[in-house]
Amino acid sequence: MTTAPPTAAPLPSGATLLEVRAVSKQFGARQVLKTLSLEIAAGEFLTLLGESGSGKTTLLRLIAGFEQPTAGEIWMRGTRLDILPPYKRPVNTVFQQYALFPHLNVSENIAYGLRASNTPKNEIAARVNDALDMVRMQEFAAADPARLSGGQQQRVALARALVNRPELLLLDEPLSALDANLRKEMQFELKSLQREVGIAFLFVTHDQEEAMALSDRIALLRDGALEQVASPREIYARPATAYNAQFIGQTNLLRAIIREGVADCGSFQFPYAGKDASALFSLRPEAITLAEDTPQLADPVRFSATIRQQIYSGATELLELETTTGAFLRARIASRKPLSGSHDFVFSVRDAIAVRE
Amino acid sequence: MYSRAYRFLVALPPILWVSLFLLLPYLLMFAHSFWTVHDGLIIHHWNLSNYATLFQNPLYVQVLFRTVRMAAAVTILSVLLGYPLAYFLSFRAGPRKELLYQLVIVPLWISYLVRGYAWKTILGSDGVLNGFLQYLHITHGPVSALLYSPFAVVLMLTHIYTPFVFLPIYASLEHIPRPLIEASQDLGASPRQTFFRVILPLSIPGLLAGATFAFVLSLGDFLAPLLVGGPSGTMIANLVQSLFGAAYDWPLGAAISVFILIVTLALLAITQRIEMRWSKRWSLE
Amino acid sequence: MNSATANSKPRSPVLAAYATIVFAFIYLPIIVLVVYSFNRDGVGGFPPRHFTFDWYRQLFADSAIWDSVLNSLIVAAGAVALSLTLGLLAALALDRADFPGKALFRRLVLLPLILPGIITGLSLLLFAVRLNLELSLITILLGHGTALISVATTEIFAGLQKMDRRQEEASLDLGATPWRTFWLVTLPNLKLSLIAAGLLIFTLSMDEIAVTFFLYGREYTLPLEIWGRLRRGITPEINAISTLILVASIILITVWYHLRTRSLRS
Repeated sequence: MTTAPPTAAPLPSGATLLEVRAVSKQFGARQVLKTLSLEIAAGEFLTLLGESGSGKTTLLRLIAGFEQPTAGEIWMRGTRLDILPPYKRPVNTVFQQYALFPHLNVSENIAYGLRASNTPKNEIAARVNDALDMVRMQEFAAADPARLSGGQQQRVALARALVNRPELLLLDEPLSALDANLRKEMQFELKSLQREVGIAFLFVTHDQEEAMALSDRIALLRDGALEQVASPREIYARPATAYNAQFIGQTNLLRAIIREGVADCGSFQFPYAGKDASALFSLRPEAITLAEDTPQLADPVRFSATIRQQIYSGATELLELETTTGAFLRARIASRKPLSGSHDFVFSVRDAIAVRE
Repeated sequence: MYSRAYRFLVALPPILWVSLFLLLPYLLMFAHSFWTVHDGLIIHHWNLSNYATLFQNPLYVQVLFRTVRMAAAVTILSVLLGYPLAYFLSFRAGPRKELLYQLVIVPLWISYLVRGYAWKTILGSDGVLNGFLQYLHITHGPVSALLYSPFAVVLMLTHIYTPFVFLPIYASLEHIPRPLIEASQDLGASPRQTFFRVILPLSIPGLLAGATFAFVLSLGDFLAPLLVGGPSGTMIANLVQSLFGAAYDWPLGAAISVFILIVTLALLAITQRIEMRWSKRWSLE
Repeated sequence: MNSATANSKPRSPVLAAYATIVFAFIYLPIIVLVVYSFNRDGVGGFPPRHFTFDWYRQLFADSAIWDSVLNSLIVAAGAVALSLTLGLLAALALDRADFPGKALFRRLVLLPLILPGIITGLSLLLFAVRLNLELSLITILLGHGTALISVATTEIFAGLQKMDRRQEEASLDLGATPWRTFWLVTLPNLKLSLIAAGLLIFTLSMDEIAVTFFLYGREYTLPLEIWGRLRRGITPEINAISTLILVASIILITVWYHLRTRSLRS
């Protein structure tokens, strides 16, 4: 923090804030991060999404400064970041278990970074107050962190990081320690907080629903490599690989042989312009409907299937279907009365997305 | 789950034994401190004359002050040696940490006597250190001031208590969650600031525990002065010893013992309270 | 960070050097002791020349020493038995029973470990004199056993905390009496704690001098025997016996440590 200019002019939104350039990371014999590059725009909410072991936390820690890249560089606004120790980077972190200092009260925790950079006392007091306001913890100013609930501790951790006005805030699975209801609530709060302060958030999680709800863009990591970087809608509607299609939301993976402009999936065929080869298609369950319910579907592909299971979940239900050729598919339809036996189903060709393995 | 009979049977023997063989003896010592001796017999006449002697007789006062100074020196030196060692092991030692830890622990179990004897052989006029210095022609004759002095006692006790002081400090340093260190650096504190603002405060309980232990045990030590102290290195516990021996004044000896006991308990209570208030402000679990 | 380039593990050469000095301070006297036990020209002077086993030979022929070793073993064995029994009961009591003065009891039991040995030793001496008890190995044994109870209590208490209570509940549920449960379930679970505590008490008893100093009669334990000779003068024979004590202690403590880490892991 001490070497960053105190008030750098904010970049217009969309301008590149952080660049990860061909960074890789090895721990001994293990290649945790394969060479990857990523850009973070000023003011955006970018989520690093992946399973445990995918390297997302490692990437976060490289940006924070707790690890060094084995190769590659990290740049922020024309300054090279990866050669700086963590206490000199204009980046702050919200840790997974908050890491609040137990021997300091809430205000002292929040003031910590400001004290470290020798901010004048009255300014510290004012900024700590603002930070407490921002996370709505004013009445806890003198509280002992150990006495706070998980959600409250998290807010203090946020305030402690944000009070330093970093250009980029790193969040390492901050919601994973909370129970489900609190989690949903905090998601809302985080999102509106981010919009309010306008700082770029780099958010790490393994929960794809969370990623979809919060992010401007999602960077999906798998085994240390970036699978896809796109907005939630984009990733959902046009997943690049089978892994992405299955990791985010649910899908049916259809294997097909393309010959002379027709994709043959065994149970059905549809026109597809592509060279003769075997291919994989992702078809979301909600794309499949009962033929009788959707008579006017564009580019319809019809097939017949027997309903093997019907799993009700309120507004919708999931049908497990077995086609005439013995293939299993899942369809999500609006709830209706119980069904059984064989029915006709339909989906639109444009909903079948070709994906890589 | 445990019946009254069970709990009774289990608690009774140790309580009885401890009351009989610990509580009673300590109380007896306490009682003796208020009695006096006359013509070789102990008079059970309750008074405070022994305590008056302890605090007014210049011999006793002098030795008492000397003992306190020496105990303080041992404590400070042990901390100066033990804390950096603990810090190094906890934060810088990496994979060799466990092995180094065992290496520090092992001397703790080497007999007090053995270690005291080692210093006796090293510091004497014909000792190893003098031989070494003369061999290197740093000195030309034996330096006799090394042995039989307060210096030798302090040296020996520091040697004995440094691992004792190391242990609780190391434990409390290990207890500090590493994310706290990262958080401190993340918020802009340099390693030096992180040490003084996070690590040191959180290691105070261990530091206090170790220091108290070293001070209290040094205060009541009588063996080291007998081994390496000589007449100038006599400590208060040696006076007690001779009062129970040749000087034959058990009540006075008891009074000095009680004094040491009270100082010990008081120090322990104080540090415990400080520790509790310090860590009541947080729980590191 | 010491350098402009941030390293993932900061190196502190000054600290490492300091740590080495402290290690040297801790170990050099001991190493010197061992080395000079093999020195023909005795203790002192530098450098040691003429390696010999003579002092060890002299040691092995020294019957007084070995008598005292036997005495120490007797005392230590007795102390282990006494401390473990009382310590086990005390640990169970602290864990499972509430009685008036529980806090006092806990502190009282710890006192011999934190007070200078002279205080406990003299108090026990006064007590023995009051009871007209003749000082002997028995009084030493009683002294050690009493003073070391809390060593056993602490270790066994920790073992109790780690134990799964539900095993005892299951045993009772299956029809075993509390007595049977104790022997068949509780005690086996405490095996590692008991052995570790026993080893520790044994070692501490073998080395004990401060309390022993005031409780001995005609028969000497090993530390007392060594002490007596020290008062008469230094001989390398003492180096030799010290070296042997050193080796024995290291072995015992290594075993103790491994037992402890094993019990902590399970």
